[in-house]
Amino acid sequence: MTAGEEEQQLPIASNDDVVRARRLVRSLAQECGLSLVDQTKLVTAVSELARNTLVHGGGGSMRVCCPQERGRRGVRAVFEDSGPGMADPEQALTDGWTTGDGLGLGLGGARRLADHFELETAPGSGTRVTVTKWVR
Amino acid sequence: MPDGDVNGARLVELLTARREQLVTEWVEKAVPTVRGRLGELELRQELGELYEALLGGVRDARNPSDLHDDAFGEARALLAEISRSRARHGFTPWETAVGLFALKDVVLTAVDPGGRNAEYLAFLDFSRLLDAVGLFTFETYTRAREQVINDQAEQLLELATPVVKLWEGVVAVPLVGTLDSARTQVVMEKLLQALVDTGSEHAIIDITGVPAVDTQVAQHLLKTVVAARLMGAECIVSGIRPQIAQTIVALGIEFGDIVTKASLADALRHALRSTGVQVDAPAPSLEA
Amino acid sequence: MDRVPVLQIGRILLVSIQFDLEDESVLNLQEDLADRIVSSGAHGVVIDITAVEIVDSFIGRMLATIASISRMLGAETVVVGMRPAVAITLVELGLSLGGVRTALDLEKGMRILQGSRAGREGRSGDAAADAAADRILSPGRDTDLR
Repeated sequence: MTAGEEEQQLPIASNDDVVRARRLVRSLAQECGLSLVDQTKLVTAVSELARNTLVHGGGGSMRVCCPQERGRRGVRAVFEDSGPGMADPEQALTDGWTTGDGLGLGLGGARRLADHFELETAPGSGTRVTVTKWVR
Repeated sequence: MPDGDVNGARLVELLTARREQLVTEWVEKAVPTVRGRLGELELRQELGELYEALLGGVRDARNPSDLHDDAFGEARALLAEISRSRARHGFTPWETAVGLFALKDVVLTAVDPGGRNAEYLAFLDFSRLLDAVGLFTFETYTRAREQVINDQAEQLLELATPVVKLWEGVVAVPLVGTLDSARTQVVMEKLLQALVDTGSEHAIIDITGVPAVDTQVAQHLLKTVVAARLMGAECIVSGIRPQIAQTIVALGIEFGDIVTKASLADALRHALRSTGVQVDAPAPSLEA
Repeated sequence: MDRVPVLQIGRILLVSIQFDLEDESVLNLQEDLADRIVSSGAHGVVIDITAVEIVDSFIGRMLATIASISRMLGAETVVVGMRPAVAITLVELGLSLGGVRTALDLEKGMRILQGSRAGREGRSGDAAADAAADRILSPGRDTDLR
């Protein structure tokens, strides 16, 4: 078994944790053999999502693993919070749309940076965002 | 009628009489091998058709175990179609074959319901092993071929995108051939890295050798220029042929304030001037 | 918490970001810089991000904000040393660093600040002739992703 195949979990409860999330994903991405540009794209997406989890979700957790599918390897990060959730996910993905004082690039940007992006949310039942980047 | 034909006829009878049940059992056994990449209805349709075609072949062929017999023509066509669609869905040859081999178990259970013939059962286990042996060599072979193809594709990418230093502070990348997304990405990364390595503030992207520019390629070029600018360097796009200029305008792509030149020579002169180099004689240019 | 040191060379302030920045450190840096520009009378700020492995929307916004604040206080900002992977990611992210000037490395960044200083104090006739071309091509010009 290669390192990273088992899932690792990290709480997202403070600014420190956002930095920790970036570091953890960076080291996994290196292990899995993502190119430097793809590492940077994934870590940037993770940074946006971790901050979203902290700021909009009131904290939560990140789970990361190195999935293997159809003979290819990748890195996957799942962000979960039990915050207020969103009524209109499509709107949240629109660039420039924001509830806070950010740029509103977080979700839409993360979607563009990842190879696979999944958003599950509903008002009152929290938010789960999954991003995956495959080794090319 | 040779002896074997009597048993063969019995088998055809069994396969015909119990087709519904056998196909259902086959689908049940095959479902786990597709791991959700194919719907059960779709799988049932596929295997049902294949079952009928195989049955027809076994009934009519001179040698019922010769897949190359004319009577198996339809079965072969269906198998080719299944293989193609499986490959597209990302199945390995192994997974595809195991799904088909499942029919053996199903038919054996029908022929010998109680499993009374112990020797035959033992042989079947051994036959499964031989199937696996065959598949293993087959899959290793395919993987080796795939590796060769991937390596070549990568080499082609590397070969086709050289970044050259034209002058102190000026690098250029002459693009030749069709630009796709993957290739443009490689070009972009190489060019930007060359800017850092050589400390060049000017980059020329020459597209004289690019036959056509579509929206996507134009977008990629734009992104490269913007990324270079973020790093503190300027890109000039040169070698835009008249028909490409027409396409770009017709597509409504905004090239914004990007400097474009008709020829590489013009672009170089422009870059040199802005780095403060005196250029006296006008360089020969395409439109002159 | 780590604070990013602000160095002074003549009338230029130099900030070299050497570690992965936490959001709060970013906000502190913004404040520190504004204070230092006023107290030192600096006319230029160089932010060196050679060691920075990622720039997300938060850090990107900080760079743009610092540039705006500095300009208001009479200093020009140049961001130097952005890595190719970071630049590609920023473009994909759709982040606009409107109003931020950039340069490949520290030396080129310093040259831009000295040049723009000289420019403000009166250009020579020769240089003015090239001004039009400079506006189109000069590296380190305003970068705007939109």
